[in-house]
Amino acid sequence: MRRLLRDPVATLGFGLILLAVFVALFAPWLAPYPDDAFDSHLLQRLRPPSAEFPFGTDNLGRDILSRVILGTRDALTVALAVVGAAMLIGVPVGLVAGWREGWLAELLMRVTDVFLAVPQLILALALGQLMAPGIGTAMLALALTYWPFFARTVFAETRRLRGALFVDALAGIGASPARILLLHVLPNAAPAILVRATIGMGFTILTAALLGFLGVGAAPPSPDWGLMVSEARQHLPEAWWFPTFPGLAIFLLVLGFNLLGDGLRDLADPRLRRSR
Amino acid sequence: MLRYLLRRLALSLPALLGLVLLTFVLSRVVPGDPAAALAGDAATPAQIAEIRGQYGLDRPLAEQALIHLKQVVQGDFGRSIFSGRPVAEEILQRLPATLELTFAALLLASLIGIPLGLIAALHHNGLIDHLVRLMSVGGLAIASFWLAIMLQLVFSMELDILPLRGRLDVALGSPPRLTGFLLPDTLLAGRLDMFLSACRHLVLPAVTLALPGIATIARFTRSGVLETLQKDFVLYARAAGYGRVRLAAIYVLRNAVTVTVTQIGLLFGALISGAVAVEAVFDWPGLGTYAVQAILAADYKALLAVTLVVGVVYAVVNVLVDLAQALIDPRIAGAGR
Repeated sequence: MRRLLRDPVATLGFGLILLAVFVALFAPWLAPYPDDAFDSHLLQRLRPPSAEFPFGTDNLGRDILSRVILGTRDALTVALAVVGAAMLIGVPVGLVAGWREGWLAELLMRVTDVFLAVPQLILALALGQLMAPGIGTAMLALALTYWPFFARTVFAETRRLRGALFVDALAGIGASPARILLLHVLPNAAPAILVRATIGMGFTILTAALLGFLGVGAAPPSPDWGLMVSEARQHLPEAWWFPTFPGLAIFLLVLGFNLLGDGLRDLADPRLRRSR
Repeated sequence: MLRYLLRRLALSLPALLGLVLLTFVLSRVVPGDPAAALAGDAATPAQIAEIRGQYGLDRPLAEQALIHLKQVVQGDFGRSIFSGRPVAEEILQRLPATLELTFAALLLASLIGIPLGLIAALHHNGLIDHLVRLMSVGGLAIASFWLAIMLQLVFSMELDILPLRGRLDVALGSPPRLTGFLLPDTLLAGRLDMFLSACRHLVLPAVTLALPGIATIARFTRSGVLETLQKDFVLYARAAGYGRVRLAAIYVLRNAVTVTVTQIGLLFGALISGAVAVEAVFDWPGLGTYAVQAILAADYKALLAVTLVVGVVYAVVNVLVDLAQALIDPRIAGAGR
């Protein structure tokens, strides 16, 4: 942790994430007009930024600043749930496939390869559509397409550690494979998993926003950033503020995760640290 | 080299076969009855049954899976439930537009990203290095659909110097279709005005799509160059009096760029995904808009075909990448990976 904070770039990322978490936790109190998630006020539609509405208002007269603040919670929850679920599938798959030799390991990794052989968004779109569009389906689709990245990471780590001396020693004193994997291999693979998860958070936020933008993610009137940008398209070029601020929010939050992931990767991989 | 190519091709077969199976499984988890959806709200059960028979939806699952595989191998993706035309035909018509856009973006990304990474590495830990690092992380954080809209807002709507949408000025008509790629087609037709129009239409979509690519390529070129700079041969070359520029641009870059080439292959997948967003914003008549239309029309045959085609293109690109790598660095083909 202390070493992480010595890296200014990673610290900036960490700060952005802390800010977002703070905003998400206290959104109803921070937003100037917390009811604007759902209410509409047609009399004040498409007002440019002012002291009253710092980010302007949207096509239904809702305060964009409030909606950006309220959207933070959804963005973070979706990303956490997706990355968590992907980890729950990917980590065990990677552990088992990395530990064992033979048909099971082969099968698991071939299935992983199949999922990796299609760009994630296309697969998520196909899955999302086939199961009726909506934010729940979008999350399921994102999790189902992100687990292979965890499986690959954990597989590589497990294969590397399987030959380590301490693992041999543990097996020699009669530790069961489950014990070795869960208590010894997994903690050693944790840094790599953490890096993958951090980058995955940023990636998931981007993809979820894109799904919302394409109309297969969050549904109106929820204050989803991607959805807001999509709604704004019909009101250009007059209302430049309408797409600008939700997009900036996406950028800053994803930037936070990417910067932190970058810093963590350098810490986890000493080889890269030296070359920096 | 040929043996290497064949082995590499054989290695990508299981994944492709699995992909066919996956798309089939996907098409079976459709909760709604596609036959009912196709027949419309007012259809009688008899009409639905007829459609089910017509599309083979009433056969046993294993048989359907085999038929699916056979059809896919023959390039038959069935008829679009939405338009009634063969899906393969519709995809073939749109694939060149997407590929043209993707290649333009890839070219742009390499032309900017590789020098940027090289310069950053040569000024290791200097101001330029930090800027490039920040940019390469930031470039990956921008939502492409948002960037596309922002560029439209500035360059098409406010400044009015670049076209808002489409591939070509409608007023100019279109060139005879030879390759489906507009840049060569317009040139072959001898229409310079059309060619320039096509170029102008390509600028904003390609720039939008290229940005994440620039970031990735710059980043990996940088770390590749940094690693190569620590090798012994660089020290010898320096001692032997090679100029800084010549050493960096020729000897170091060639050794460093194999990492970058791998990334370009991986990037291609990201580019195709990005293309969906970019095409949607710029009304680019490619696979991305086709996929989005298919989603909105619940045309699952079209969507699954897009998934398959993209998977195949992706696999082919990755084989090409491995080949390019082997050409740049002959040690790779010999290593028998």
